[in-house]
Amino acid sequence: MCGIVGLFLKDKALEPKLGAMLSEMLVSLSDRGPDSAGIAIYGATSGNEAKITIQSPKPERDFRGLDAELARALGAPVSIAVKSTHAVVRTAPDKVDAAREALQSLRPDIRIMGAGEAVEIYKEVGLPEAVVDRFDVRKMTGTHGIGHTRMATESAVTTMGAHPFSTGADQCLVHNGSLSNHNNVRRELVREGMKFETENDTEVAAAYLSSQMAHGKNLGEALKGTLSDLDGFFTFVVGTKNGFGVVRDPIACKPAVMAETDQYVAFGSEYRALTKLPGIDNARVWEPEPATVYFWEH
Amino acid sequence: MPATSKAMRDSHARVFDLDILSLRELNQALHNLAPGSNETAWEVLNPKGNHSVAVGVDQPVSIDVRGSVGYYCGGMNSGSTITVHGSAGPGVGENMMAGSIVIKGDASQYAGATGKGGLLVIEGNASSRCGISMKGIDIVVHGNIGHMSAFMAQSGNLVVLGDAGDALGDSIYEARLFVRGKVDSLGADCIAKEMRPEHLELLQGLLDRAGVTGVKPSEFKRYGSARTLYNFNIDNADAY
Repeated sequence: MCGIVGLFLKDKALEPKLGAMLSEMLVSLSDRGPDSAGIAIYGATSGNEAKITIQSPKPERDFRGLDAELARALGAPVSIAVKSTHAVVRTAPDKVDAAREALQSLRPDIRIMGAGEAVEIYKEVGLPEAVVDRFDVRKMTGTHGIGHTRMATESAVTTMGAHPFSTGADQCLVHNGSLSNHNNVRRELVREGMKFETENDTEVAAAYLSSQMAHGKNLGEALKGTLSDLDGFFTFVVGTKNGFGVVRDPIACKPAVMAETDQYVAFGSEYRALTKLPGIDNARVWEPEPATVYFWEH
Repeated sequence: MPATSKAMRDSHARVFDLDILSLRELNQALHNLAPGSNETAWEVLNPKGNHSVAVGVDQPVSIDVRGSVGYYCGGMNSGSTITVHGSAGPGVGENMMAGSIVIKGDASQYAGATGKGGLLVIEGNASSRCGISMKGIDIVVHGNIGHMSAFMAQSGNLVVLGDAGDALGDSIYEARLFVRGKVDSLGADCIAKEMRPEHLELLQGLLDRAGVTGVKPSEFKRYGSARTLYNFNIDNADAY
């Protein structure tokens, strides 16, 4: 099954509540997927700072002293905020690639969950309630975010097999469904130079979108491409630095419901996920059409 | 019995607030109804997208659900009259046997799937696969229906006042489909058919039962099975 949620705020007054609202939405769909859960939150950007979310199976060992070592390696200031198994590294935007390389050599067991100016990604094995508690997601502020609770079908139940998948700066994707041509698409993307961390079909979808956008397409155009280039069942919800998009395959077996008010656009696999949002009783609620791209940008 | 007496709003309706009582308590109380019970009116508050609200009811009671429901509301209904004052998630009225279900809002995928009897009315729009594998149920949709509706329909009537999506009636066996608006495309073996007097009469009866006024049966087109997929045809062997 899997359960996915997304929330794109239009009203700045709601931004302090983004983490709480998105957590509530995700927890309500726990029984759609007990294997793992994850959330991506887009926070405020300052323009002179990039964030890299990292994860370690041994955070005490790997995160201790990492800020100083990384700063020395980069020759630039670095700060690290640790949250359980994850940590957010902040550094100058032009140091992200160097930081990735340095992290790999300084701490080989560390995995990079995502990077960008706005996004932070937290995901682990376990139910949504445990995951949002562990990373204190309810207290997070931001402009938009997406979340996922996974019923594993296509690859192992591991932290890296959890959604969201991020394969480009500030880009990430959650998926309900399963893709049948992901191995072929992965091979083509590898030939282009994309790197993959897992055998997961959803990582291929994320990388596909990153590749399309790297070729100059906007989010809407990239999402449209999934309809002809990806085969299988899917409802995708994606985030970019300032955007939020939804697309379903032409068969549209996987459930999806959306709501829009003056304050937000919300997505849930089921209506249950939306029932606690402010003003939901008067929201425009609809089921996204198959093979139709929906997206919003700030 | 659960302590619902406190929640009784008046002597007529038995009120179940799903913020206070569990769905299981509601459905158990409905299943405990004996023939001839005086508890003929029920009200369900705060459904909030819950699944399986009022499934498997087999007594002729009326149930008003105040809000939107999730999957399978009224599934296997056998004689009750359920009104959802909101929208319904996937599989509303799935495998209904008798009685009626009215959805005041929209319905999600496969509304009325495999239904054998009774009447399902959707006052808003229905989504894809409405009436899939219907086996005798009558479905009236005031708005539009999505793609692959009445797929493998076997018996019953589907009435659509609005438009139908792609592949209407794909691989249909029997069942009568009446659509007033446009049909994006017909599925395999589904064809437009002549509207004879008995169909106009049948359709008028369905519109009346669904509370539709101001709409004439002559505004509809009828679709049904061409019956070419009924038997294996050796000339088509290459296609299998």
